[in-house]
Amino acid sequence: MSDLNALSLVAQMDGLATGAFSATELVQAHLDAVDRHDALNAFITVTADLALDTAAQADAARVRGEASPLAGIPIAHKDLFCTEGVLTTCGSRMLENFVAPYDAEVVRRCQAAGFSMLGKLNLDEFAMGSSNENSAFGPVRNPWDRSRVPGGSSGGSAAAVAARLTPLATATDTGGSIRQPAAFTGTCGLKPTYGRVSRWGMVAYASSLDQGGLIARSAEDLAIGLAVIAGHDAKDSTSSREVVPNYRAALNSPCQGLRIGLPSAFFDARMSDAMRQALETVKQTLTALGAELIEVELPHLTHAIPAYYVIAPAEASSNLSRFDGVRFGHRVADPQDLTDLYTRSRGEGFGSEVKRRILIGTYALSEGYYDAYYKKAQQIRRLIKQDFLQAFTQCDLLLGPTTPGTAFAIGAKQDDPVAMYLEDIYTVATNLAGLPGGSFPAGLLDGLPVGYQLMAPHFAEARILQVAHHVQQVTAWHQLQPEGL
Amino acid sequence: MQYEAVIGLEVHVQLATASKIFSGAATTFGAEPNRQASAIDLGLPGVLPVPNQAAFEMAVKFGLAIGAEIGRHSAFDRKNYFYPDLPKGYQISQFDHPIVKQGQVTLVLESGEEKCIRVTRAHLEEDAGKSIHDAYAGMTGVDLNRAGTALLEIVSEPDLRSAKEAVAYLKIIHSIIRYLGISDGNMAEGSMRCDCNVSIRPAGSETLGTRTEIKNVNSFRFVERAINSEIARQIEVIEDGGRVIQETRLYDPDRDETRSMRSKEEANDYRYFPDPDLLPVELDDAFIEACRATLPELPNARKVRYVAEYGITEYDASVLVADRDIADYFEAVANHSGQGKLAANWVMGNVLSELNQTDGSIADFPVQPADLTALIGRITDQTLNSKTAKTVFEGLMQREGSVDAIIAARGLVQVTDQGAIEALVDSVLAQNPEQVANYRAAPEEKRGKMLGFFVGQTMKASQGKANPQQVNAVLLAKLQSED
Repeated sequence: MSDLNALSLVAQMDGLATGAFSATELVQAHLDAVDRHDALNAFITVTADLALDTAAQADAARVRGEASPLAGIPIAHKDLFCTEGVLTTCGSRMLENFVAPYDAEVVRRCQAAGFSMLGKLNLDEFAMGSSNENSAFGPVRNPWDRSRVPGGSSGGSAAAVAARLTPLATATDTGGSIRQPAAFTGTCGLKPTYGRVSRWGMVAYASSLDQGGLIARSAEDLAIGLAVIAGHDAKDSTSSREVVPNYRAALNSPCQGLRIGLPSAFFDARMSDAMRQALETVKQTLTALGAELIEVELPHLTHAIPAYYVIAPAEASSNLSRFDGVRFGHRVADPQDLTDLYTRSRGEGFGSEVKRRILIGTYALSEGYYDAYYKKAQQIRRLIKQDFLQAFTQCDLLLGPTTPGTAFAIGAKQDDPVAMYLEDIYTVATNLAGLPGGSFPAGLLDGLPVGYQLMAPHFAEARILQVAHHVQQVTAWHQLQPEGL
Repeated sequence: MQYEAVIGLEVHVQLATASKIFSGAATTFGAEPNRQASAIDLGLPGVLPVPNQAAFEMAVKFGLAIGAEIGRHSAFDRKNYFYPDLPKGYQISQFDHPIVKQGQVTLVLESGEEKCIRVTRAHLEEDAGKSIHDAYAGMTGVDLNRAGTALLEIVSEPDLRSAKEAVAYLKIIHSIIRYLGISDGNMAEGSMRCDCNVSIRPAGSETLGTRTEIKNVNSFRFVERAINSEIARQIEVIEDGGRVIQETRLYDPDRDETRSMRSKEEANDYRYFPDPDLLPVELDDAFIEACRATLPELPNARKVRYVAEYGITEYDASVLVADRDIADYFEAVANHSGQGKLAANWVMGNVLSELNQTDGSIADFPVQPADLTALIGRITDQTLNSKTAKTVFEGLMQREGSVDAIIAARGLVQVTDQGAIEALVDSVLAQNPEQVANYRAAPEEKRGKMLGFFVGQTMKASQGKANPQQVNAVLLAKLQSED
């Protein structure tokens, strides 16, 4: 039973339902894997006792015939989601001792569905980063090559799923933080439509772009997880009342006749030959499934990165003001006065990338610069959204790469923030437009995973999952796993 | 040189919502520190604001009451600055799209003249907590009970020209919010606070001078004094050849002066931007009309009605309508006694002056409308004269019983018996032969004044109970008959 953790979420549900194994055995197998792969540094906090308690409850409920289908299935949460009574660090020294008195809505829904929480996953500090190197708790290592990054900011979520430490992990995506690490680790990541998943209890980086989502090993597993976390929440004013469809049932809708747009800006001269080749295989698969591929234009896409790196830091500079050492979080030991309390508490508590973004954001919102930066960026944002809406009059989905390349070496881009920011070049636009996007495995390049990305109109997550599921029925890319597990 | 003051007020009104503007925490005043602060009010990581609909209704009612255009599309912005009692490091406010756009209120000056004051806008925002600097040695306490309380900030145009006008404006605003029931307007508890923008310019000039802002003045009296002292200070600066600098000042009531708090250079750059946690609010006609349907009769309409119905002066009417409870009190007395003018005189002359002296509220006032109605009834049926009526009023204030019980107990029934009054007059004339002789020797035009002496003596002899009109008539007859 030691390889229960290698099973997909669907297989785990089946095993529990048929009594092939107990939730306690299942959770224990995952906890053992977490222990074995401690060196990946995917977890910040492991809640073994809690996980085994809920597994035991699930087993007891199943004996009584009262268990939900997901009761006792392991899950782990990105450490940006608040968990009542369990540390929520956001990967920051600022919150190394912070215990929230409430659960994030996503966490609450997962608990209500019966999931057993294994613990809290490592991330770039406050979700700011594309490599998971910006964590006060050290970098996460890519299970495919431990000298490489797993991507970020949901690096812990992606690494944990790739290494079979959990079948499902929550994650968040502000500019690509679910999709890029999914691509780097050969996993499946879904960033839902803005407003689809409640942000209550999800510590804010950039509120108008942040969206909770999931990383798993198949489109079907994502569909099962999304059904749990999607839906309106009165505690989040930006949460949508749009009806939640049956994602799993929609997986088998035929792909025949679906029009899939290829944005020319995604397939331009900057794309490497290897990446082009990988996507070519995806395109052929889609064609074979009956989809029609057409070229579309997204004229303002080139401005997405600069617009994102104004809007996100601007919101972050304000969102992170509450970390002032007064009520919670890191406080300097011997403040001389109020200004000293603020400057040194924040100076010591925040890492350098967080400070950089706070500075950029503060500058962009300052009197005299607001119009040139923030306002202009919002105008670009509207144009980009219009581009997408226009493209979706011609097609049902968009296809592109998730990342410019495969996972890079730890340290390779640490000294070049702009190079790091360009990692998000294919992902940020969907956040700016509030659209759903998913990254799915497309095989290996030089032994490292590469991902393709599907983007859909608002609230059309089911369409993304449906197409990826069909691809996964005829390919084995998503079943590839790193060696040494 | 003659100077003219130019004044605009920013009035912060705490709305009487049961819970806070973006959280479910209660808003009762005076609770133990930090017992009415939820995770949202504390600004804990991951929390999100959810707007309280009651605050929108109250703001819209205010807008309708001042004839303002309602901001059908209103939005919240973040005003960013660091302070320990501002938990999130920003205040949620409205910057570009306030819920209430331009409106106006009408002042009645003491001269009886009317003046229209434009209200630029009114917007919703959340209150901050309180920093407590004197409770802990070397440390500052932070109480976040107030954090997140709904505020309506009402901004006037610089249409006010004196401290008296500013107070009159503030009283009108106070009156409107009390009529609407959207705030208790209690300045001592901070439910209504006022920032005063003051500048001066040579009389007749159209150019605005540099203004200063006096922050957080917390009583009507202090608003008047703060503005007057600031006007005097600015005049002195200019007369001494200096220039007023744009700055924020604080009023010190003990020293009756304003002092500098921070200059324009030190002012915060608030980095306003739209709050991404809150969607813009779209108000439709149905919502606005539902708010309009709940509007009570407002002070101005009531004033016009009082002048027409009770025949009282416009100034008296404006005094009576200022407070909704006082106006209700007056109206009850006026209607039940059928004596509008008399009721107005009693309410303004006696009831209001007692209330002002004791700082009491009309609800616990010892003389209730039924008592004053009974008292007026005893005046009109001539049981009481104005002097004995005052004595009965004092008895009512002492809670000695009903009007008739007090009249009986104190023996205050007016003497109207002609024979008794003649006897009293005879004895007064007999006791004062010298004055009688003087009176009779005096020319006609001087006699009127001299008669007063005899009236006074007769009333005194009757212990105030004689009917003054009868006393007058008898005296005149007797003094003239023996001419």
